[in-house]
Amino acid sequence: MTLTTRRPAWAEAPTPLEQGAKAAVLGAILLAVLFPIYVVVLTSLSPASAVNDAGGLVVVPRGFSFAAYAELFAGGVVTRAVVVSVGVTTVGTAISLATTVLAAYGLSRPGSLLHRPLLFLVLLTFLFGPGMIPSYLLVSSLGMIDSYWSLILPTAVNAFNLVVMRAFFMSIPAEVSDSARVDGAGEWKILTRLVLPMSKGVTAVVGLFYAVGYWNAFFNAVLYINDNAKWPLQLVLRQYVQQGQNISAGSLADTSQASSLPPGLALQMAIVVIALVPVLAMYPFVQRHFTKGVIIGAVKG
Amino acid sequence: MIDHTARTGPGRPEPAPAAPADGAARPRAGRAGRDRPPGKSLRARLRRDWQLLLMTVPALGLLAVFHYTPTLGNVIAFQDYSPYRGFWDSPFVGFDNFYWLLTDTSFWDATLNTLTITVFQLVFYFPLPIALAVLLDSVMSPRLRLFLQTVVYMPHFFSWVLVITLFQQIIGGAGLISQLLRRNGYGGLEIMTDPDAFLLLVTAEVVWKDAGWGTIIFLAALAAINQNLYEAAAADGAGRWRRLWHITLPGLRPVIVLLLILRLGDSLNVGFEQFFLQRDAVGRQAAEVLDTFVYWRTLAVGEWSYGAAAGLVKGMVGLVLILVANKVAHRMGENGIYRRT
Repeated sequence: MTLTTRRPAWAEAPTPLEQGAKAAVLGAILLAVLFPIYVVVLTSLSPASAVNDAGGLVVVPRGFSFAAYAELFAGGVVTRAVVVSVGVTTVGTAISLATTVLAAYGLSRPGSLLHRPLLFLVLLTFLFGPGMIPSYLLVSSLGMIDSYWSLILPTAVNAFNLVVMRAFFMSIPAEVSDSARVDGAGEWKILTRLVLPMSKGVTAVVGLFYAVGYWNAFFNAVLYINDNAKWPLQLVLRQYVQQGQNISAGSLADTSQASSLPPGLALQMAIVVIALVPVLAMYPFVQRHFTKGVIIGAVKG
Repeated sequence: MIDHTARTGPGRPEPAPAAPADGAARPRAGRAGRDRPPGKSLRARLRRDWQLLLMTVPALGLLAVFHYTPTLGNVIAFQDYSPYRGFWDSPFVGFDNFYWLLTDTSFWDATLNTLTITVFQLVFYFPLPIALAVLLDSVMSPRLRLFLQTVVYMPHFFSWVLVITLFQQIIGGAGLISQLLRRNGYGGLEIMTDPDAFLLLVTAEVVWKDAGWGTIIFLAALAAINQNLYEAAAADGAGRWRRLWHITLPGLRPVIVLLLILRLGDSLNVGFEQFFLQRDAVGRQAAEVLDTFVYWRTLAVGEWSYGAAAGLVKGMVGLVLILVANKVAHRMGENGIYRRT
C-alpha cells in the first residue's frame, strides 16, 4: 500500500493552508483514538493522592504507582478472570488455527473428491446463522453450561477465516506441491513442510483474528457461564467498571489495610488496561501483514 | 502479492481475487476440476484424496455440531417447547408463535429501531472510511502513513465492553468531560443515558471503533488506480479536486457499490453486544433491536419457542435480503459475495 515514496513530479505541492488543514484533521483523529487510552493508562498508574486531587481521571501525570495492579493480581476476582481468559484464548486459538489450517488445505484443491459439497457446507454458514436460542439449547443439552468448552467449541471454526486461508493456499503455485508429490510426500508432509512455511503472514493474521475473538468474547459467556467464579475478563470488566460495582468493597480488598488501598477508580482503570494490553501487544506484530495484501481482498466479505 | 498485481493492472481496480465469495465458483478452479481425465473411478479418487478429506473432518465436524444441528433445532419455533418435555415430546402448534410475534408491537418496535439505526449509519457512518482512506492515501511519507494506519486500525480489535467503558470514562455522566464541566459550574453530560441521543451515541461508537479498519479495502482500491490517469489529468490542467472527482471516486465506485449493497443485505444486523450493554442505561424504547429482543423477551424469561420464532423470522428475512442484494450486485455488473456458477 505504501507505493508512493515521494510526491510524483506532476502533482502540485499543497498550499500551506491545505497542509495545515490536513494536519489538523489527522491530528484530531489521532487524539480521538489515543487520548482515551492515555488517560485510562495514566489513571491506573497514578498514586491515590493524584487520583484524589484530580477528583477523577488523571490527565497530567503526578507520580507513578503500581498499587492498583499489585492489588488486582494479589488473587481474587480479577486474577482468576485473567487466568480464565488467557486459558480460553490460548487453547481456543490453538484449536481454531489447527482445524482451520487443516480444512483450508483439505479444501484447497478443486476437483478433489467431495470438494464442492464440502466447500458449500462451509460457505452456507455465511448466509444463515442457527439463531441464539437453538444454539443455547444445544450447548445446554451437551452439558456444557458452566464449562469453559462452551466458550471455545461453538465459535472454534470461523468460515470467513477458513476462506481467507484457503484463498491464500490456492494462490501458491501448484507446481510446488506437485513436485513434492512426485517425490512421494504425503499431504501432511506437504502442508507442514512446504505450504505452512510459505504462509506465515496469513497464519499470523488469522491467528490474531481468532485470538482477539476469544479474548474479547463477551456474550457467549453471558449465555453459557452462570458461575461468577468462572467469569472471563470481559464480564468482570462489565460488572466492575461499566456497571460500576464497587470493586474495593469486600470483593478483593483485605480490609485490615484499607487506608493504603489504591482508590476504586485506579483499580477500575487497571482492569481496563489489563483487558487492553494483550490486544495492544499482539497487534503491532501482525499489523504489517495486513498491508501485504493477505486479507485485503478478503475483507470485502 | 494481491496488491502488486492490482497495482500494475488496468485503471479500474479489479475485484480482489481473494474474496470469500469466489469460493466454490472460482472459474479457473472450476475448469481445472473438469479438465481432469474423466473416468477416474470413485475408488481411485478416494485413494488419491483421502488425506485431504480426513483433514477437513475436524472443522466440518465442529460446524455440523455447532452450526447445522442447532439450525435443525429451529423446529421448536413450531412447537410449544418446554425443556422438560424436550424436542421429541413438545406439542406442535403450527404457526401460532409466528402469529403472536407478528401481532406483537414490541417486535415491530425492535424492527423499526434496527432499521432506523441501519439507515442512520448508512448516511453518517458509511462515507467516513472512504473519506479517511482518501485522506490517508494523500499522506506522502510512508512512515507517517504506516503510523496513522496502525493507530486507526487499532480500535477495531477492542471489545465492545471496552469501547463502551472508554466512552463512559470520557463523555459519560461521571466521565472526564462531565467532571470538567461540573467543576466550572455547569451540569454534566447526559449523552450516554439520553434515549433521544442514543442514535448519535451508537453511531459515534461505531465510527470510533471501525471507521479506521474500514479504510483497508478502500486503500487497496486506491492503490489499484492507474497513476498514469492522474498524470494525464494533471497535464491537462485538472486540479486536485477535479482529479478526486473524475478519477479517484470513479476508481472506488465498484467497491463502494459492493459494500453498500452488502450493508443493505445485512440491514437487520446492527450488532448485538453494543446494544445489549447499553440497553439498561437508555431504556428499551431506544435501544431494543431485533437481537436484544430475542434475548430479553424470550431467552431471559424462558419463552423458548417464541424466541426461536423471532430468531427464525429474522434469519429468513436476512437470508432473502442477502440473496436479493447479491442479485442486484450481479445486475449492476459487480461481483457479489458469491458468483454464479
